Amino acid sequence: MTASPDTAPLELVCPAGTPAALRTAVDAGAHSVYVGFRDETNARNFPGLNFSRAELEAALAYAHGRGARVLLAINTFARAGATELWTRAVDDAVALGVDALIIADLGIADYAARHHPHARLHLSVQASASSPEAIAYYVEAFGIRRVVLPRVLTLPEIAALNRGLAEAGIACETEVFVFGGLCVMAEGRCHLSSYATGKSPNRDGVCSPASHVTYEEEEGGAMVSRLGGFTINRFSPGETAGYPTLCKGRFRLGGRDPAYVFEEPVSLNALPLLPELARAGVRALKIEGRQRGRAYIRRVVSDFRRAVDRLDLAERAGGTQAPGQELTHMSEGQAETAGAYRKVWR
Amino acid sequence: MSSPSEMIGPSDMNGPNEKRPARLVLGPVLFHWDADRLRDFYHRIADEAPVDSVHLGEVVCAKRLPFFADHLDAVADRLRRAGKEVVLSTLALVMNAQERAVVREAAARDNTLVEANDASALAALRGRPHAVGPFVNVYNERALAFLARHSARRVCFSPELGRDALAVLAPEARAHGMEPEVLVYGRMPLALSARCYHARAEGLAKDGCRFVCGQDPDGRALTTMDGTPFLSVNGIQTLSHACLNLLDELAELRALSIDRFRLSPQSVDMVAVARLYRAVLDGTMAPDEATARLGALDGLDAPFANGYMHGAAGALWTEADRAGLQAEGEGDPLCAEG
Repeated sequence: MTASPDTAPLELVCPAGTPAALRTAVDAGAHSVYVGFRDETNARNFPGLNFSRAELEAALAYAHGRGARVLLAINTFARAGATELWTRAVDDAVALGVDALIIADLGIADYAARHHPHARLHLSVQASASSPEAIAYYVEAFGIRRVVLPRVLTLPEIAALNRGLAEAGIACETEVFVFGGLCVMAEGRCHLSSYATGKSPNRDGVCSPASHVTYEEEEGGAMVSRLGGFTINRFSPGETAGYPTLCKGRFRLGGRDPAYVFEEPVSLNALPLLPELARAGVRALKIEGRQRGRAYIRRVVSDFRRAVDRLDLAERAGGTQAPGQELTHMSEGQAETAGAYRKVWR
Repeated sequence: MSSPSEMIGPSDMNGPNEKRPARLVLGPVLFHWDADRLRDFYHRIADEAPVDSVHLGEVVCAKRLPFFADHLDAVADRLRRAGKEVVLSTLALVMNAQERAVVREAAARDNTLVEANDASALAALRGRPHAVGPFVNVYNERALAFLARHSARRVCFSPELGRDALAVLAPEARAHGMEPEVLVYGRMPLALSARCYHARAEGLAKDGCRFVCGQDPDGRALTTMDGTPFLSVNGIQTLSHACLNLLDELAELRALSIDRFRLSPQSVDMVAVARLYRAVLDGTMAPDEATARLGALDGLDAPFANGYMHGAAGALWTEADRAGLQAEGEGDPLCAEG
């Protein structure tokens, strides 16, 4: 029996920053793996990460040979006067046979839709399409087949959004983040990093870049972390000094005591919400972390794959079984959150 | 009542050799000022400010909208009678039914030029002349061309874009019959979130926020743990602490064919701010002199910044033009007081 899109199991979309990580993700049960080229066309433009053209070709052969798909993220905003780097990435990815392009920029989406009308396009979370009207706009303009939803929506809002799309006759799947780093700002619309460092996710594919990070041990043993010269956190002796991602820093707001004004250094884990996400009409689940190592990828992907399969079995049997509570130890000592999916987060 | 297409029709589209007049634009008030204060503010702008266009409308939080709704049409009329073009700005982050309805209603106003600040507004405005605001990512000439095909006639670029990008984008916009616009004064909008940081700081939920953002007419000061002023929190929005000041760059921007300059309202004497920018544009005051006077205005205690324009961190203040030096990429983020 061929599953219709409505009853197909949730698609697990997994990160890979290196060819080895891609093989690990595929072997661990990823339905799809997303990757980027080794330049500023992708939003994880970190040293030592990402794929050359030849590496992508080999990765495609490996994944396709095992029934997995490969999605290529071209999810930064093309630089004025230099858009060839981005359009060439589109051309090359299509020529190599990627299963979908994940695009954020209006101009690059327009290019891809015009020059490669048969290519499958996904709308990146960086495009911040957070309403049925916004999604419809991208679908009508570029034939977008799937939208990665911003991490700002509640479960009821996601359900309403999928209903709205269906009622409007818009055939566009939705994909949501379920695990890993959590942007608390609307993605693709945050300039905090460039305000402090000059380097931004939108233009350079980096947020709070390591090149602008300093740590200084004070007398008495406290550790101060700075980004672009601004103090992002201060850790007492013995406290684990986390990376100074700007929106996860401790600041004083209105003269009050230092606090995590925007967000605690938490990590997203929506594993317990899989049944609700499925009921909300979500088609695909995305795991964040192209910068992560293979051990992490193996563990997170296999745990999520088990949960997805178990959910699928339960639904076929007519019930919904809550998935297990694995993974709580994979967040590197960080507390976990269901993020915006629970309204109390706001 | 003129139609949007007439408002930004051929009269503004002069030939390349004809010097276009410089226009000052008052951007939307991003903060939650109470209705009486807002009304008085716009009355004074109508009567005294040398600005050509005034943006009305709530950009940050739909919950604030009802407070000014009863005054909106009267204020718009008064501004028009004073010879100002009125532009209606839409919400930057659109998620729930109320926010979607607000955008739909704004886009349906057929006697007003509407500025889209998200993709849902772009969708609603497609096919008729409209403006695109700084919350929409227009980073390159391909995005510009796409928006032009959908009848965008004006684009205010994100403050993140510097002179290198504007040197490409402004002439491109002209080639598509669009007017390029640049933010030149005020705290820079940096981020949006579904979470309200004013409510969070008070231990309140967003839905029961008691409009605590109204306590801070320029946003709530966020400082680092060692006391350095850094950002400004305005409900779901985060802005720079530093105040953008591109007085010194106006001539360069004019040479790039940009002639619309946006002032973002702060709780300073905005009539005085507009007069200073007007004087520099008119060549009757030197940028140095205007910057000194701008820094002496009461109300906003913030240093100046212009780093983005010079390809550097947005928080930096550089006098590279006059000194003939490259903008500093790193270093003391707040090296000058405004």
